[in-house]
This record gives sequence, structure tokens and C-alpha cells, in this order.
Amino acid sequence: MNIIVCIKQVPETTEVRINPETNTLMREGVKAIINPFDMYAIEEAVRLKERFGGKISVVTMGPPQAEQDLREAISMGADLGDLVCDRAFAGSDTWATSYTLAGAIKKLGAFDLIICGKQASDGDTAQVGPGISTHLNIPQVTYVKKVEEVTVGSMRLERMLEEGYEIIEAPLPALLTVVKEINEPRIPSLKGLMRAKSAKITTFTQKELDLDPQQIGLCGSPTQVIKIFTPAPRVGGQILKGEIGEIAKQLVELIKDEVN
Amino acid sequence: MDYLLTEEQKMVKDLAHKIAEEKIRPAAAKYDISEEYPWDVLKVMAESDMFGLFIPEEYGGFANSVMNLCLATEEFSRACGGIAVCYAASALGTFPIVLFGTDEQKKKYLPDLAKGKKVAAFAITEPEAGSDASGIKTVAKKEGDYYILNGLKHFITNGGDAETYVVIAMTDKTKGARGASAFIVEKGAPGFGFGKKEDKFGIRASSTRELIFTDCKIPAANLLAKEGLGFIVTMRTFDMSRPGVAAQALGIAQGALELAVKYVRERVQFGKPISSFQGIQWMLADMATEIEAARGLVYSTARMVDAGVKDVAKESAMAKMYASDVAMKVTIDALQLFGGYGYMKDYPIEKYVRDAKITQIYEGTNQVQRSIIALKLIKEMAK
Repeated sequence: MNIIVCIKQVPETTEVRINPETNTLMREGVKAIINPFDMYAIEEAVRLKERFGGKISVVTMGPPQAEQDLREAISMGADLGDLVCDRAFAGSDTWATSYTLAGAIKKLGAFDLIICGKQASDGDTAQVGPGISTHLNIPQVTYVKKVEEVTVGSMRLERMLEEGYEIIEAPLPALLTVVKEINEPRIPSLKGLMRAKSAKITTFTQKELDLDPQQIGLCGSPTQVIKIFTPAPRVGGQILKGEIGEIAKQLVELIKDEVN
Repeated sequence: MDYLLTEEQKMVKDLAHKIAEEKIRPAAAKYDISEEYPWDVLKVMAESDMFGLFIPEEYGGFANSVMNLCLATEEFSRACGGIAVCYAASALGTFPIVLFGTDEQKKKYLPDLAKGKKVAAFAITEPEAGSDASGIKTVAKKEGDYYILNGLKHFITNGGDAETYVVIAMTDKTKGARGASAFIVEKGAPGFGFGKKEDKFGIRASSTRELIFTDCKIPAANLLAKEGLGFIVTMRTFDMSRPGVAAQALGIAQGALELAVKYVRERVQFGKPISSFQGIQWMLADMATEIEAARGLVYSTARMVDAGVKDVAKESAMAKMYASDVAMKVTIDALQLFGGYGYMKDYPIEKYVRDAKITQIYEGTNQVQRSIIALKLIKEMAK
């Protein structure tokens, strides 16, 4: 089973600052880590490899230092790391990112499965995984909490819903996004760390990928961030006290005020 | 301070740190109370290749060195001295096989120990043979292709939970110290049973039990080295393992210091954090300096062992004695800095005091260490 895992480098702290001019995250001085949700994707891929064999390629789009995240994934049991890195990709929104990643995945050869975390902890959009599957024209199953069964050419999965879960059977190749309930990511082994240190990381720039220049980077991104702000906290409700009749009167007055 | 660690040593230290923070620290209080053996944590250590650090690569080990073992033990002990000793005691039980085992014995026992599938234990102490090991009463009598063991060992760390034991027994009582021999005994050997599990002051995550041998029959091939070399095996084993106990003490001290520094920065009295008071600052400065001095001694000794220096008995004894005395002093002072809260079990610091105490006692009391150091010193000067 050949598996591709897509990961993203994110700032470690949740208290990141926003650049007031560009309305984008200020990443300077903040420690970068693998998006926590992607750790579950890596772990699930390693577990599937341990059961069914095959190889795991980890792909990320990001700056050169994202290479360290690919090595971390290799230390956990992935085989290969692919860094999609080019100035031309800067400023990509979820559309351009998923388009670019899909372009890179096409270069990696045949695969059975793509696994992504359900969303990134910085952007929280949960759009890149589904976007990749759309660009590649393969089925997607989001919010997977359990791989129930793997048979030749298909998988049975439990997909988390707000109340309960549904069981979905998907033909392969397919793309899954996984939730944290699916597993507990492992601590790497010393051997894994040694292997990761010397593992070869392949870099893909715009040149190596067959991409439409109009669909990449900032100019290929339909999303425009107009403003980022913290919503004003909700003020507490008002409790009316007294006799029922009196309360009813007060309530009517308050509603009237509100309407006016 | 820069300890001039190699890339490999940094990797071991960082990985052990990760295991300590993510798996050991959150479990420390639970196992301290329940006294259950922390198998789940040991499994994580095993999967991360930590049990390979004290076993040569040709027998399944990985990154084998006493320095790496010390770095791992120190990091584990920062989070919990009890869980750390389960790990370190397996190294202690494994060293005799690494040092004296035949190729056949090594092939049979070391790969499983390296993978952490099994843990090991070392058994010399008896009710009447503590510091005076010549008081050993357990006997091993050869009968054909077997040895028959009879006697009782007590205070055995990992006792009952370990699968592989190295046991010191008398093969010739008339020869005194030269009549002792070392044997590999597997859990499940006929006539090999366990007595009571001790209820301990500290390191409560680790198990300490009696081993009971009643006509225990083991193959003659399980003799380590030769008959009569039991004490040589023991001394050489302790030379290797004492830096590990020192590292355990060092880790406990470091862990306590870190908690204390964090606490005094948060604790406000007289309108400011107590870290702003000179009396507190001077205590912290002394604690930190003594820890660094101990660390220097421990790392130097470990590096000597790895470099193949033959006689490290004096340095090993110094490292163990000094680091454990520092651990006791630092943990007591750390508790003092926590004030009344430190005396309560709701806070983690009192456990560090309890865990530190044993490091002054086991693998040779610090009084015995001082005797070793002094005798070596006098002998060296007499040359």
C-alpha cells in the first residue's frame, strides 16, 4: 500500500500575532512544528504500512525550513520526504495550495491513499485535503476516526459526525482527512531519528511541476483576507426577577426596545 | 553549560527528554501511589530503542555506550526517579551478560533485552549480606549438567517483573569471596519463586521483591564466567552501572531544581515573587552549582568507561557518591523553597526527596563508596 501524507508546518503557539498591514500570520520568532492534526495522519499511515507493507511519502508545501518536519515524519516511520518549495507558491490560499500539492502528488507515481489531518491549527479551514482530492479527481472521506477494514481496492471507514459516526466504504485510491480520535501518534525511535537525519528530501519547484501559472501563489488565490479580528466577547444575558406578571411586562418592554 | 555532546548523544538526550515529558511526568504521581510496574511507559522506551543503549549492536543493541545510558537515565529521572530505575535496573542486570557472557549466552539473552521485550535484574543482596557481600548464604551446587540453587535474595529491583536474572550464589563456601559465582536464571525456572513486594519510601513505581530459590534447577550452561568469579563479575558490573545510578541522582536533583525555580518565580509573598529575595537566590545558586559539579563528574566517568579505561572503580564510586549526596541536599532544599506546600503530597516536590534518598543507599552505600575511594587513593599513593 503506497501512502502519501500531506503535512503543514505551523507556528507552535496559538498566541501568534497578525501583521496588521497584510492581515497574515507573523511567523518570525515562533517555533514551527508539524500541524498537530497531521501527526495523526502520519501515525495512521505508519500503522497501515506496518500491517500491509508499502511505502509512505510525506509531502509539504512551505519554506526550506519545512524540511525538518519531513525528517520528523521520517523518524516516525515514513520513507520519503518531498518539499514543494518555490517563491512562486508564496501567498497561496487553500485553492492554490491544494492545486499545487495535487500537481506535486501527480509527480510521485501511483498511490493507494492520501492522508491529511482534518485541518491546520493556524488557518483552521479544513479545505486543503478535500481540495487535493478534487484536483486529483479521487474520492474523499473527511473526519475519519477509524479505519475499519482494508480490502483489495477499497476501505471501510468510520467518519465522525457531530452526533455519532457513519460507516463509509470508499474505493481506492482515495483521500482521507483524519481526526485526533483515530490514534495516538508515536514517539520516534532512535533508529528512526538516525535514518531521518540522512534521508534524502526531494524538492519540487514550479519548474518541475506542470502547473498553470494563473492558479498558483498569491495571484492564483481567489481568497482575499480583508480583515482579521477577534470577535467581541458576548455579553451575559439579563435575568428578570419578580412576580410572573411583572416579569412578563418587563419582557415585553425589553423586546419592544430591542425591535425599535 | 555546553557539555560538548556528540550529535548522537544530543539525539539520545532529546529523545529521552521527549519521552520523559510526554510519557513519564504525566504518569509519575499515579505510579507513585499505585506502586504498579509502569509497563506502558517501558514499552514506549522500548519502541524508541532506549533498551539498546546498553547492549552492543551485534546483539541487537543500538548506540551502545555508558554515556548514552547516563543521558537517558538522567532525563527519565528528571521526571520520575521510580520509573527511571526500572529502566536502569535492567541495564544493571544486563551488564554481567555483556561483560562476561559467552557468545552463546549473549545471543540467547541480549536481543530480547535490547528490544525491551524482557527486562533484567541483578541479585546479590540478601538479608544478612548487604554491604558485606561475603555474608551471602545462597548456594549453587553442581549436579551433572545442572546447578541447584537454594537460598533467598531480597531488595531486588525489578524482582518479579524481570524475565532475566543474574544471581550471585556460593559454589564453594570454604573459599569465602572466591567461592561465589554468577548465574543467569530465567523467570519460570523450576524452584524459582518470588516473595513479598516491598512497600517503599520512594522509587515506588519500581518493584522490589524477594527471590526465593528452592532446589531451583538451572542448566550448567547458565554459569557466567567461571566458578569463583562471582565477585569479580559483581565489581566489574558495578563499575559500569554506578555512573547510571549517579545519573539517576543527577536527574532527580535537576528535576527538583527546575520545579523549585518555577515555583519561586510564581510564589508571591510580601508583595513580590520570592525569587526576588537574596536568601532564596543564594539557595538556588548553590543547588545549581552543585548539580553542575556532579554532572561534570558523572559525564567524565561515563566517558572514561566508554573510552575503555580499565580501572574506573574510584571514579565510578566518586560519581555515585557525590551525585547522590547532591541529590539529597538539592531535593531537601527544593522542598524548603516550596514551604508548607512542598510538604503536601498535592505538590510533586516531596516525591523527589523520597526518590533521592535511595541513591545514597543502593549499589553500595555512600559509606562503602567512600571506602572504595579511600582505599584506591592510598594504594595509588603507595605505588
